Amino acid sequence: MEILVCVKRVPDTAENEFELNGAGNDLDRDDLVYSVNEWDNYAVEEAIQIVDKVGGSVTVITVGDEESEEVLRREMAMGANNGVLLSDEAFEGSDGKGIAGILKAEVEKGSYDLIFSGAQADEGAGQVGGMLAAMLDYPYASLVNKIDKIDDKTIIVGREIEGGNQEMNEIQLPCVLSIQTGINEPRYVGIRGIRKVAKLEIPVKGASDLGIDAGDIGDAGAKTKRVDYFVPDMGDSAEMLEGSTDEIIGKLIERLKAKGGL
Amino acid sequence: MTDIFAYIPHNNGSAEDVALEYPAAAKKIDENAKLTAIVTGSGADLDGVANEMAKIYSEVMKVDDQALAYPNAEVVRNALVNIIPADAIVLVSHSTFGMDLGPGLSVKMDSAYAADIVDFEGVEGNILKMVRQELGGAVSTHVTADISAGAVITIRPGAFAPLDGGSASGTIMDKSGDAGDLSSKRKFLEVVEAEVGDVDITKSDVLVSIGRGIEDEDNIEIAQELADAMNAVVSCSRPIVDAKWLEKSRQVGTSGQTVKPKVYMAMGISGSFQHLGGVKGNPYIVAVNKNAKAPIFQVADVGIVEDILEFMPELTEAVSEL
Repeated sequence: MEILVCVKRVPDTAENEFELNGAGNDLDRDDLVYSVNEWDNYAVEEAIQIVDKVGGSVTVITVGDEESEEVLRREMAMGANNGVLLSDEAFEGSDGKGIAGILKAEVEKGSYDLIFSGAQADEGAGQVGGMLAAMLDYPYASLVNKIDKIDDKTIIVGREIEGGNQEMNEIQLPCVLSIQTGINEPRYVGIRGIRKVAKLEIPVKGASDLGIDAGDIGDAGAKTKRVDYFVPDMGDSAEMLEGSTDEIIGKLIERLKAKGGL
Repeated sequence: MTDIFAYIPHNNGSAEDVALEYPAAAKKIDENAKLTAIVTGSGADLDGVANEMAKIYSEVMKVDDQALAYPNAEVVRNALVNIIPADAIVLVSHSTFGMDLGPGLSVKMDSAYAADIVDFEGVEGNILKMVRQELGGAVSTHVTADISAGAVITIRPGAFAPLDGGSASGTIMDKSGDAGDLSSKRKFLEVVEAEVGDVDITKSDVLVSIGRGIEDEDNIEIAQELADAMNAVVSCSRPIVDAKWLEKSRQVGTSGQTVKPKVYMAMGISGSFQHLGGVKGNPYIVAVNKNAKAPIFQVADVGIVEDILEFMPELTEAVSEL
């Protein structure tokens, strides 16, 4: 089973408080802590577990700048066998379809039975996996939180749907799946693990290596564009309780009594 | 004039709430847009929903096929591509189904894609301006889409003001014959219902709900002690279930339980829309979070910037002494 997992380097929501830059059109990125997208760790873990059972290899891939190499290396420290970095100035400003198109070009150079992505990343659109599948004419399922059975031709997966229910599907290979958190428990990666893979070669490929027309990708090819960032009007936001902890608790207990909480 | 098509999701013969929210969204895109509802499915359930929609929409298209009895996104996509004009705007709910359908549909229709839109700010030329959120709701962004070749847009459920019902007498057009090939390499098998847990969080008037701020499985006891003192029940957000610290039946959110307590104590919960989607009935929301910028403070009634691991034991003690 040859498995490709698409990953992304993103600002870590657990480690950052987000502020806008001086011009107000972007995040203040100077001190942001980046890490691998949380969903992607579950996708890589799932891929490794499948290969441990049925054999094959796991390749992690990302579209990004040279700093994205660190997330590939982290996933290789988890146990992915290969990494590929797709990087080119022409890729900058790509929308979801641009990214999916870049990935498609590399997918077609290989022979993958399964392609995973995280169910969503920092932008929260959850779009690249589904677009990639449609471009390749592969079947797709999003929000996969269970893989039940896999053989050479088919895979049985559970999708997370509303209300905690699970939708079971049988899908023909090759296919694309977006992986939801909670499907497994991603293994811990320590400094030693990272060191072990520090010297492994990670090929870097650009638009010409992939045979992509620069007009289809990047800012020029993007139909959907982000114009700016802003912090929404906090008009109806919470009454903030301030003072010493004792004072705060006093005020809170008063309110809880009035609202039926005590 | 813009042609807008709204895909109507339905369960057990009735349309989801978003069916009443599409009209407001469409109006915000273009006041004069022609809005058509599309309902796919099979048999009596489908007809019931189509009739219901004809009271709200002036035009309703229905596609009746056994292959559409369960909404398998891959099959629905095939039908929509054949029925909807390629340059139209298609609205889909940003639900687990919409996330399954939208991205691939936009590729097959060769149109722009925008996901999880919470507001529209009008069209200039061919450029539609929209609002969405990133980074789990921590920041908002304006995005634009070139809609000259159409667009597929998923809208956040609950983001647009619902109609109060309707009394239109719309036309229902049967498009079943135009749906084309509905075969798929993905076959729906069954829905496995959520397991019932030891505690029913939907029955409690007061919930002490914990999120990432609890930091460690051992700290859940601290929340349980507060819940005991308040005669409440402990619930949680998704990361706690992902980490297997509490059972799935304790999870509040669109992918977990929908709760309607009187008081909701959000302890160390950032407040993603998926989580808040499970909190209904307008409870009194108390948010405690050490991050003053956590989105939960935008929806809470009262907010406290503190570390829950220090705050909860003190609150427990104070409540116990009452």
